[in-house]
Amino acid sequence: MTASTLPENRAARPVAAASRRRQPAGRWFAETGWRHVVGVVFVVYAVFPIVYVLSASLSEGGTLTGSNQLFDSIDGGNYDALSGTAFWSWFVNSVQVAVVTSIGTVLMGAAAAYALSRFRFQGRRAGLTTLLIVQMFPQMLAFVAIFLLLISLGEVVPALGLNSKVALVCVYLGGALGVNTFLMYGFFNTIPRELDEAAKIDGATHAQTYWTIILRLVTPILAVVALLSIIATFGEFVIARVLLQSESNWTLAVGLYSWVSSLLEANWGLFAAGAVISTIPILALFLFLQKYIVGGLTAGSVKG
Amino acid sequence: MTDLQHVADARETSGDATPPPDERRRRAARRDESPAGRYGPGFLVKLALMAVIDAFGVYVVWSAWVAESWVILGAMVAMLAVANWVYFSRRTVPMKYVLPGLVFLFTFQIFTIAYTGWVAFTNYGDGHNSTKDDAITALLAQNERRVEGSPSLPLTVVTDGDDLGFAVVRPDGTTAVGDADDALAPVEATVTDGQVTAVDGWEVLGRQEILERQGEVTDLRVPVSDDPNDGSVRTQDARTGYTFKPTLVYDEAADTMTDTVTGTVYAPNDDGQFEAADGTTLQVGWRVFVGFDNFTTAFSDSRYAGPFFQVVVWTFVFAFASVATTFLLGMFLATVFNAPIRGRKLYRTLLILPYAIPGFVAPLLWSGLLNRSFGFVNQVLLGGAAIPWLTDPWLAKFSIIAVNLWLGFPYMFLICTGALQSLPTDVMEAAKIDGAGRLRTWRSVTMPLLLVSTTPLLISSFAFNFNNFALIYMLTGGGPRFDDASVPLGHTDILITMVYSVAGLDGSAPKNFGLASALSIVIFVIIATISAIAFKRTRSLEEIN
Repeated sequence: MTASTLPENRAARPVAAASRRRQPAGRWFAETGWRHVVGVVFVVYAVFPIVYVLSASLSEGGTLTGSNQLFDSIDGGNYDALSGTAFWSWFVNSVQVAVVTSIGTVLMGAAAAYALSRFRFQGRRAGLTTLLIVQMFPQMLAFVAIFLLLISLGEVVPALGLNSKVALVCVYLGGALGVNTFLMYGFFNTIPRELDEAAKIDGATHAQTYWTIILRLVTPILAVVALLSIIATFGEFVIARVLLQSESNWTLAVGLYSWVSSLLEANWGLFAAGAVISTIPILALFLFLQKYIVGGLTAGSVKG
Repeated sequence: MTDLQHVADARETSGDATPPPDERRRRAARRDESPAGRYGPGFLVKLALMAVIDAFGVYVVWSAWVAESWVILGAMVAMLAVANWVYFSRRTVPMKYVLPGLVFLFTFQIFTIAYTGWVAFTNYGDGHNSTKDDAITALLAQNERRVEGSPSLPLTVVTDGDDLGFAVVRPDGTTAVGDADDALAPVEATVTDGQVTAVDGWEVLGRQEILERQGEVTDLRVPVSDDPNDGSVRTQDARTGYTFKPTLVYDEAADTMTDTVTGTVYAPNDDGQFEAADGTTLQVGWRVFVGFDNFTTAFSDSRYAGPFFQVVVWTFVFAFASVATTFLLGMFLATVFNAPIRGRKLYRTLLILPYAIPGFVAPLLWSGLLNRSFGFVNQVLLGGAAIPWLTDPWLAKFSIIAVNLWLGFPYMFLICTGALQSLPTDVMEAAKIDGAGRLRTWRSVTMPLLLVSTTPLLISSFAFNFNNFALIYMLTGGGPRFDDASVPLGHTDILITMVYSVAGLDGSAPKNFGLASALSIVIFVIIATISAIAFKRTRSLEEIN
């Protein structure tokens, strides 16, 4: 309950606000008060692990036991210690992989959605159906085959073999069409075709129509897909774990897991600090762009 | 690009999708007229990109030729041909947009699914890793003995930067150098006190370095010549080498292996191994098709069948319970905050925080919180209890669902909030006028409408949790283990983590890609079934039109 939200509520529901003031306390509780109780209880449930990890990252000892007294000590030691580990290279790897994958996903998904939405060609329906079916099988199900495929590819082109970030991005891009294309396809369909036709009459080529007209109009959905892709790639674990073998090439997910799975007690402070740092970019993206993401999720629901 | 060029470009391509016959004729006529209009900046960019792609393609084709990977070579040639055709033909406009995504989709998703299907019917795994030729080479290499009476060779360990090699002084005084891949070849070298001390293109390893790479040095085998039957040079002390020869001899004509010491003859069997008359087999085998053996193993082998069924049941229970709990809580909270109350926006923001945390942080964090001896939950919340949250079979299952509830309810909360806001108000009012109470309205009007709009998402959430690898693997690692310790599986393993364990990719169990792929196929079938039912119900296929 902050003051900043108050005017908005009052403006939106002047009648409700006015009537609330006249209600007796019991009635108020039955109508509204209990909602605050529920809210507070579940906010504590949702937020306490986050508060805990923040406190653990700032605790002095850096052990699991030592982290149990919340905010017992405020100390940046764990954060300093991160520079003595491979953490920052993991962070850079994660960001690189997520950003490149996201750009690739948007470029390829949008292009495919444009073709499917604007052109009528043989195999279009079959293509859409195939995409719909393929996207139901997450890539990670085939991680054994991906692993074996990259062994063979690596013998020919080392950059596309195991333990390569380029190969990891390529594998992620294999899932670029699919859900994203459907999300975009639906959105592209809402852009009036008359615009394309007008451009065509004015002498624009299909490429010009696409790059200068359509892409500008669908920017919101591009942003949503880029974000969802970044968030998904940043958090992906199985494929990264299977493919990336040397410590310096790991992503955050693989690296932090290795800290917790071995010597949980001793590494806890390091992990907590690392967890806080890896959460910040995603949390920031999420909170700033919440509206778009929620919109994207509901759009997804409409398109199945 | 000038306006004039715009017009020219447009004319060239405007009718590409479905050109009417007369348009096509006119266009053909114009093509002869003025091709210059097509070569605008866009065309140059395309040309440059295609040049890069073709260069890369040629490099891959060349490397594949050198590495003798015919499948990759063929695939790459096909891709290059398609790409050049698509981007330089004028009849393939839609493909110009779809192709990039399609290439990745085919290589890394559709092909891998097909490949999984292929591997599922082979015995690919430890001991059956490669082709028969590779197996024969490996067998000859592994079964070596020092050749009786062969001279000792003064030897120096050298390196070309990465790989180790040996430089030797032969009995006739000549020097030779080679490494694991290239057989010993004569070379000019400086010899001091009977040892090579310097050789062109190689660096002599110092004593300290040799100690550091001791394992590599003693494992190194440098072939004497290109014929594997000639044996290879090995060393124990990094100063003296001896010639080792295989004790097995491969008879190509009869396709048999003969042990030169005992005289036993091994013939290939159906399992992809060399087998003697008494049933003993040689260690290294090769991949062969084993039909439905992997599936039979999963369903009826005494070691796997029991755990497999437990895992399947738990997978379904987990996926269902995850969806049910998160949806109920999410819906409840969405309903609570659908009324106008103060601070609603803040509540909502705080409630969805768990969803905004990277997927790998949450399970790791909870594994610490729930730690039996030191965790926050036991130590602080429960005052020093020692409840085995993650190590007792039942409690571990409970903990997983509880942690997933924390992770998953914000998503359901978001969806339900969205769905509630888009519910038609007139039905609500109608219910109110008909005298329905709050609960009755909710049960008979809100809830059914909510379910209609969220069902597709609930199904995809089910499918997601069905394969929620990260949660299980990071929180419990599938443990606690089943009492029967012959397979690396535990009480909280779901199918996808079972695939991972069986595949042996983390080195905790022997690799069995065949069985792992067969299990993946089982998951494919289950998901396909669920999706087919879902499609029938939601009819989302119709939206394609």
